[in-house]
Amino acid sequence: MKITRIYEDAMKSCVICNSCRYCEGLCAVFPAMEKKRVFNLQDMDYLANLCHNCSECFYDCQYAPPHEFNVSIPAQFAALRQQSYKKYAFPNFLSFIFEKNAFISALLLVVLFFAGFYLAFAGKNSQSGDFFDIMPYTYMTSLFSIVGILVLIALIVGIVKYAKAIELKNVSFSAFIQTLKDALSLKYLGGHKNEGCTYPNETRSNVRKIFHHLTAYGFIFCFIATSLGAFYHHFLHIYAPYDLTQFPKLFGFIGGIFLCIGTLGLLILKLKADKKLIDKESVGMDYVFILMLFIVSFTGLLLMFFRESEYLAALLWLHLSCILTFFILLPYSKFVHMFYRFTALLKYNTEEEQH
Amino acid sequence: MQTKEFDVIVIGGGNAALCAAISAKEENKNLKVAILESSPKEWRGGNSQHTRNLRSMHDAPTDVLTDAYSEDEFFDDVFKVTKGQTNEEYARFVISHTPQAVEFAKKHGVRFQPSMRGTLHLGRTNAFFLGGGKSLVNAYFTTAKKLGIEIFYEFEALDLIFEADACKEALVLDKKNNQEVKFRAKVFIIASGGFESNLEWLEEAWGEKARNFIIRGTKFNQGKMLKALQKNKAQIIGDPTQGHMVAIDARTPKYDGGIASRVDCVSLGIVVNKDAQRFYDEGEDFWPKRYAIWGRLVANQEEQIAYSITDSKVQSCYMPSLFPPIVTNSIEELAQKMKLDEKKLKQTIDEYNQSVVAGQFNHTIQDNCFTKGLKIEKTHWALKIDTPPFYCYPLRPGVTFTYMGVKVDKTARVYKDDGSLFENLFAAGEIMAGNILTQGYVAGFGMSIGTVFGRLAGENAVKVMKGLK
Ligand SMILES: Cc1cc2nc3c(=O)[nH]c(=O)nc-3n(C[C@H](O)[C@H](O)[C@H](O)COP(=O)(O)OP(=O)(O)OC[C@H]3O[C@@H](n4cnc5c(N)ncnc54)[C@H](O)[C@@H]3O)c2cc1C
Ligand code: HEM
Ligand code: SF4
Ligand code: SF4
Repeated sequence: MKITRIYEDAMKSCVICNSCRYCEGLCAVFPAMEKKRVFNLQDMDYLANLCHNCSECFYDCQYAPPHEFNVSIPAQFAALRQQSYKKYAFPNFLSFIFEKNAFISALLLVVLFFAGFYLAFAGKNSQSGDFFDIMPYTYMTSLFSIVGILVLIALIVGIVKYAKAIELKNVSFSAFIQTLKDALSLKYLGGHKNEGCTYPNETRSNVRKIFHHLTAYGFIFCFIATSLGAFYHHFLHIYAPYDLTQFPKLFGFIGGIFLCIGTLGLLILKLKADKKLIDKESVGMDYVFILMLFIVSFTGLLLMFFRESEYLAALLWLHLSCILTFFILLPYSKFVHMFYRFTALLKYNTEEEQH
Repeated sequence: MQTKEFDVIVIGGGNAALCAAISAKEENKNLKVAILESSPKEWRGGNSQHTRNLRSMHDAPTDVLTDAYSEDEFFDDVFKVTKGQTNEEYARFVISHTPQAVEFAKKHGVRFQPSMRGTLHLGRTNAFFLGGGKSLVNAYFTTAKKLGIEIFYEFEALDLIFEADACKEALVLDKKNNQEVKFRAKVFIIASGGFESNLEWLEEAWGEKARNFIIRGTKFNQGKMLKALQKNKAQIIGDPTQGHMVAIDARTPKYDGGIASRVDCVSLGIVVNKDAQRFYDEGEDFWPKRYAIWGRLVANQEEQIAYSITDSKVQSCYMPSLFPPIVTNSIEELAQKMKLDEKKLKQTIDEYNQSVVAGQFNHTIQDNCFTKGLKIEKTHWALKIDTPPFYCYPLRPGVTFTYMGVKVDKTARVYKDDGSLFENLFAAGEIMAGNILTQGYVAGFGMSIGTVFGRLAGENAVKVMKGLK
């Protein structure tokens, strides 16, 4: 019943915004709202994911608490976003397990995987820093391929469910390109005219956007590094370990550093953020996601630095356990925000184009 | 009693006060300037936090205003709504300063919406604050703090103490500690808004009717400074019953309902009173233009309540509102819900329906749908009310602001009732808006007056200070 309460509160706020409209020029959410007179649950899932939680409209709101109308778009929409992640996740029951306690579930998984690797490969190590001396190539690739494919299916089903629910249709190429630009540049996290937004507090700044860029691009770099590694291995027959002048390593190294700095930055901002902007229920999930990203990248960097040491095996198991856990968490964690946001932005740009 | 010393004291924390304090400090950076704001920080900004735009003349399109809007046209608009009850010299004086007001706002962090987009935008005559008045007020408070102006929240000025023609100190209540503090200064600027939040005072002016009024803005404009000025022989102008009053949703909270409480469908249906009778031509003119007269109309009905009734045909022609309409499938049911006499309401609507002359309905122009043969005709947008579901909004008078205030000269200095000027006392904003307006209102003029006179008050206060001992 709490879900309906969250939706009710947010809908009430939308009705107020829609008759007030003072925030019209701040971001995409308000023009999107204006296209409606009544809001259903799907509309709310769309609007919530269109919101970038920049908090401008909170500080500007004449009806923000302590006003009895209690309009608090950033916090109310954060709560809705989490509900929407859960609602469209596939298979649905898994999301409930992680929702109960994302932190403990993640920790448990890491420990379990680590124990598994230890039992399977104890005693193996490598002088040269070759991972496959420790864990056989076929084992590693098949494990990650199977998990990867399952995760991918889960992700795709979830995203399609969401896109259907919010009635995304008639997408044009130009709207797609516009959305890609908006997402890659995080247009709506920069406040009006990129002057910065009011996060983590009332003073305007672009720090959150910078840290997010480091995180997101760091992640993309690491993803490229892994793909390149596979490409080098299979097609060029150039095998790991690579040195810093080679692309897989270069991307991985830069990506790892970006990710570490970015996630730490986001974490600190989150701790400092005005408590009125944050939804208490969903904040746990945010932390777990940021921490997982940090740990994955940090253990990756460690592995690189201690490649030629006696800790190699343990570090490899740790890093791989973290990555596996991260993979499994993906469809049920805040990771999906990027797809939901992208889909929401796509709908917005499509509708604007047709307008 | 504790005493605090400043060079300039500004009483109030809305647009006019902030413009005055910032201008004073910028005129001379070495001065000690204080702002006394009666509200806690979360409620700061008076009525200004509820505003949407300010009106500005311009000769050519700007980044925030389209086309052109000349001084003459602006003045004509003021002249029309006030039915000539405006002071032309002062009105033109303010109008000619409005372009600088927009520049001043921008320079001090206020952001405006780009001039192109939007459903609501008048775009040409009014510049819209991005994020509304609260964001304007926030920007000014941030600037004020940066400049080193001291801001006292929850400090309410109670009285002013004069010696001869000079104000010497303000007696102030520190509400957090519930103790009185003396604030001494060389010059004082009063920008504490009107007295519209003071229910007793409204009742004095309006009688019992006022009990049913809703105050659209802040609860902190209690008019204490206006009382103090009255007592100390400042020249008071205007009539306490004059002000800006609109018809708003009767379910709005007593204070701070702001813009969202407006009801936008009056001209599309009919409006009846407690007795289920129509009492004015709903189709006289477009709603934004008629908006301001309906407050007074409803105020003069029994129990200060009225009901705006439409049917499902016109649903999409007006702005959605804060409170959902009351929806019913029959007129009888509607009457029951509104506690109106069923028969009378039925009769009113039947008579109205029978008098409707078929025309081409178009809510964007003054169309040819009207009634013929009624005591009170509806002259435009008259459609039969016959297609359920029926929609109803209850209406009450919503007070925006009052016009009674103090007389000032063109440097914002306050006159005494003998026609001379106080030495060191200035006023800006709503408390002196009556110098320009005595009735009626053009949207956005309040913020223009406050910004123009706020700046003048700040600058001239510092200039005058140099000449004082
Ligand atoms: C809902 C609404 C919408 C409006 N929309 C517009 C619009 O779009 N455009 C427009 O031009 N005008 C609009 N107006 C009118 C506009 O609000 C006023 O003209 C304008 O705000 C007046 O500014 P001010 O600084 O004089 O007063 P206010 O902004 O009301 O500020 C008065 C300040 O004085 C403080 N104060 C009062 N008494 C004391 C005391 N004794 N001691 C210390 N502090 C005190 C109050 O707390 C407050 O901060 C609107 C008004 C309302 C209510
Ligand atoms: C389509 C591309 C993306 C968009 C539009 C986007 C948008 C956003 C926005 C608006 C936020 C802040 C609001 C919130 O906390 O919900 C956010 C948070 C976050 N994003 Fe992204 N993102 C994208 C891609 C990514 C990628 C690729 C990563 C890294 C894997 C990432 C990692 C994070 C993290 C860790 C946070 C949490 C920050 C916090 O809680 O303060 N994002 N994202
Ligand atoms: S957030 Fe507040 S000020 Fe902005 S549109 Fe909504 S109700 Fe109006
Ligand atoms: S928090 Fe920012 S992004 Fe979200 S609705 Fe408000 S202004 Fe838009």
